[in-house]
Amino acid sequence: MSEQAQANIAQDGHDHDAHDHEHHDNFITKYIFSTDHKTIAKQYLISGIIWALIGGALSTIFRLQLGFPEASLEWLRPLLGGWITNTGTLDPEFYLALVTMHGTIMVFFVLTAGLSGTFSNFLIPLQIGARDMASGFMNMLSYWFFFIASVIMFVSLFLETGPAGGGWVIYPPLSALPQAISGSGMGMTLWLIAMVFFIASTLMGGINYIATVINMRTKGMTFSRLPLTIWAFFLTAIIGLLSFPVLFAAALLLVFDRSFGTSFYLSEIYIGGEALPNVGGSPVLYQHLFWFLGHPEVYIVLLPALGITSEIIATNSRKPIFGYKAMIISMLGITILSFIVWAHHMFVSGMNPFLGSIFMLLTLIIAIPSAVKVFNYLTTLWKGNIKFTPAMLFSIGLVSFFISGGLTGIFLGNSAIDIQLHDTYFVVAHFHLVMGSASFFGLLAGVYHWFPKMFGRMMDAKLGYIHFWLTFVGVYLIFFPMHYIGIAGFPRRYYSFTNFDAFSAFGDLNVFVSIAAIVTFFAQFIFLFNFFYSMFRGRKATANPWKSNTLEWTTPLVPGHGNWPGKIPYVYRWPYDYSKPGAEDDFIPQNVPHTETGSSNLPHENELIEEEKALKAEESQA
Amino acid sequence: MLGFIITIGVLLLVVITLMVYRLHRLVTVMRASDKQEVSPQSNKINALLMVLFLVLSLVATIWYSYTRFDQYNLPVASEHGMLTDRLFWITMAITGVVFIITQVLLFWFSYRYQFKKERKALFYPENNKLEFLWTIVPAIALTFLVLYGLIVWNKITAPAPENAEVIEVMGYQFAWKVRYPGEDGVLGKYDFRKIDVENTFGMDFTDKYAHDDFTPRQIHIPKGVPVEFKIRARDVLHSFYLPHFRVKQDAVPGMQTRFSFVANKTTEEMRQETGNPDFNYELACAEICGRGHFSMRYILVVDTPEEYEAWKKEQQPWLEKNPEYLAKVGLDSEGKPLAKLGAK
Repeated sequence: MSEQAQANIAQDGHDHDAHDHEHHDNFITKYIFSTDHKTIAKQYLISGIIWALIGGALSTIFRLQLGFPEASLEWLRPLLGGWITNTGTLDPEFYLALVTMHGTIMVFFVLTAGLSGTFSNFLIPLQIGARDMASGFMNMLSYWFFFIASVIMFVSLFLETGPAGGGWVIYPPLSALPQAISGSGMGMTLWLIAMVFFIASTLMGGINYIATVINMRTKGMTFSRLPLTIWAFFLTAIIGLLSFPVLFAAALLLVFDRSFGTSFYLSEIYIGGEALPNVGGSPVLYQHLFWFLGHPEVYIVLLPALGITSEIIATNSRKPIFGYKAMIISMLGITILSFIVWAHHMFVSGMNPFLGSIFMLLTLIIAIPSAVKVFNYLTTLWKGNIKFTPAMLFSIGLVSFFISGGLTGIFLGNSAIDIQLHDTYFVVAHFHLVMGSASFFGLLAGVYHWFPKMFGRMMDAKLGYIHFWLTFVGVYLIFFPMHYIGIAGFPRRYYSFTNFDAFSAFGDLNVFVSIAAIVTFFAQFIFLFNFFYSMFRGRKATANPWKSNTLEWTTPLVPGHGNWPGKIPYVYRWPYDYSKPGAEDDFIPQNVPHTETGSSNLPHENELIEEEKALKAEESQA
Repeated sequence: MLGFIITIGVLLLVVITLMVYRLHRLVTVMRASDKQEVSPQSNKINALLMVLFLVLSLVATIWYSYTRFDQYNLPVASEHGMLTDRLFWITMAITGVVFIITQVLLFWFSYRYQFKKERKALFYPENNKLEFLWTIVPAIALTFLVLYGLIVWNKITAPAPENAEVIEVMGYQFAWKVRYPGEDGVLGKYDFRKIDVENTFGMDFTDKYAHDDFTPRQIHIPKGVPVEFKIRARDVLHSFYLPHFRVKQDAVPGMQTRFSFVANKTTEEMRQETGNPDFNYELACAEICGRGHFSMRYILVVDTPEEYEAWKKEQQPWLEKNPEYLAKVGLDSEGKPLAKLGAK
């Protein structure tokens, strides 16, 4: 790895103009098998958008079932075929397959690959001042492994026996026994194969991000000057690197149980009129392994969104992010704690109750760094000079979701309360706000903010506003009512609630939620139009449209191979010098040395000037 | 034909929207208002919408929470349920205050500090005292909640007292079955290999204790007496969920789990409290288990202790209902293997 990095650094010394001419990109090397981090980022983004549409569409279908259980879905027969029963209703097993695939797609393919894949790839080299990733080839492989995973997962949607249907957590024995649910046949096999490719992809991506951030920062870009986005991507990659292999192990053992007759998770089962030979396994073991990834996964999804938000809120408040160091320490705290809270998903799984008390304690500790982050965001807004760009609106929306969903986590992390709330709609409301919608808003904020750097054009702001308000209000209208349904005890993954007297209320609220969900889903087409239209016909962007400090805005409008045509700029300051007293503008980019900003330097910064002079001389020699 | 017309209509609508959008763009380009980073007008509107959203959503939330309280607040019928409900509402009070303060600040700051050309933002990068303050205060609040939660959790998960009624419940696709220990007060052994069409529990009749076990169609439990449920599953994971009693415990194949609690309202009392003469306590499944997951309903009746004892006396052991079963599996009435025909 370090050899590769050195090779890349050595490359910087070369005359880069000459170097550029050596490239003769054809369509395939430029757009398909590209090793350029920016192209790979766009590939991830477009794939993520396609998956988000599929995942969202699946959710509208099961929302139709939940909101209008009596309605005939005959009109969906051309699309769903045999999954519509003879009476025109949705097949209950297909309903389960829908929620399973919705979860899998959204968590892994949209919010992990689509979010980290896009922005870690796009921003790491641009913001730390590097020509590309540590290994462009591995980066390309990472995308194409993801692509293979996507194809396999997509194919599984069309199987006659249906895709995996045991919930996105695929708990065995349900996921291990095709006799138990038809989705555990070929659908589950494809799910497992797809996830193996996906994990490989994530690991290759993660190793690259970590290596790049550690080895390839430009001169002066110390860790204490890294934008919070990079800190977030860096820590995310570390979490992924440590936790995804455990999911791989869990999946592998499940494959053994399914196909080779082992008994890791299976024991004392009588199904389909026969007693199976398996004894000695434990379904709880699977849950431990799964959640050892599954919980960190929440932060893999959330941290990049929080990083993006930190950057956007600071830029558009025209203020330094409040508590830069506290933000980093909170993220570090979250990173470490994320590995030791997994069993709070298992309070009622049959796990020893003593373990339950330990995990309750650890879980509630993680609320502290999260709270610190929220207070820091609020203080950043305080006495700011706020510009409501679409990206800023989505960032504020994210903070709102993060608060709403984070606070309900305090209920669920408390094992005594969790007994009642576990696997009810309260949980659904909680994680859709704090991890689903918050991360999704982080993704959208990032797209609106860095679109000019990606495509050299601006997205339409007015359409962005409409998109934001419809989505923001829509998300609250979908998920806020679910708290009530959850407090009333309604279990999740229920095809209908008509069988129980206890769950007979709230028909009206379910209709309301379904309508909100469908409207919100269709509101996303405004974004889609804006995105693809602006890509080709949008207004030409200026070099630094948001007057931002970070390095990516010092590149040409549409950076080519190697990002900077000449030498990579050196960095002299942290990325949050907004509205500094005494400064000419209300922002000072990171590559501006303190010698040039005498009027605004703080006392300790004046001491840096001597050191900087040598650095500056070196930089201008190129 | 109708489909065709609808398609044409939708297409026209899309085209018109696109034209309007295009026109709008041309006008903005002509006025050069798109050169501005953020138009002052839009900024003001967005800031206003922030406050509007805050006020409307808070009012709606408070109104709905207040008027529909009885609808979403499920009546509680167990002793520990009262404790967890209280903890729930204490947590709600604490987080509710934090929720309102932080959301109000978020949207109020957004409105109050909207962009003004003549103003400059305050350069305020850090304040360690503040950071310390808002680390410590949540830590204290959470310590309180953790301690409270621990006390309740330990109480709930403590071993059942000696006098507890022991009842076995088994989940399978897609229903529940219950087994009572019968007169001897001890549940007989079981073995999943002994399950067949009749003996759905896999009761092992070489164990004499199994002979008087009975398997009723409804669960009955006494009010005010501790009850311990021994929970297991026959095929996949299920979850033993009694919403009114705040009870949930997964049923795991190959591993017995347990939950003990004290019911404090009989079915009759609950019928009066809710004003619903048809009210019944229900058992549901809370862990995804297949196509019938949503239909695993079983009725649970809470009796007074006297009624409960009387009900138990009426129940017939499973073996009495299936008198020829022992012979079928080759056992005599004592549960000993029958001497093989022809052997000495």
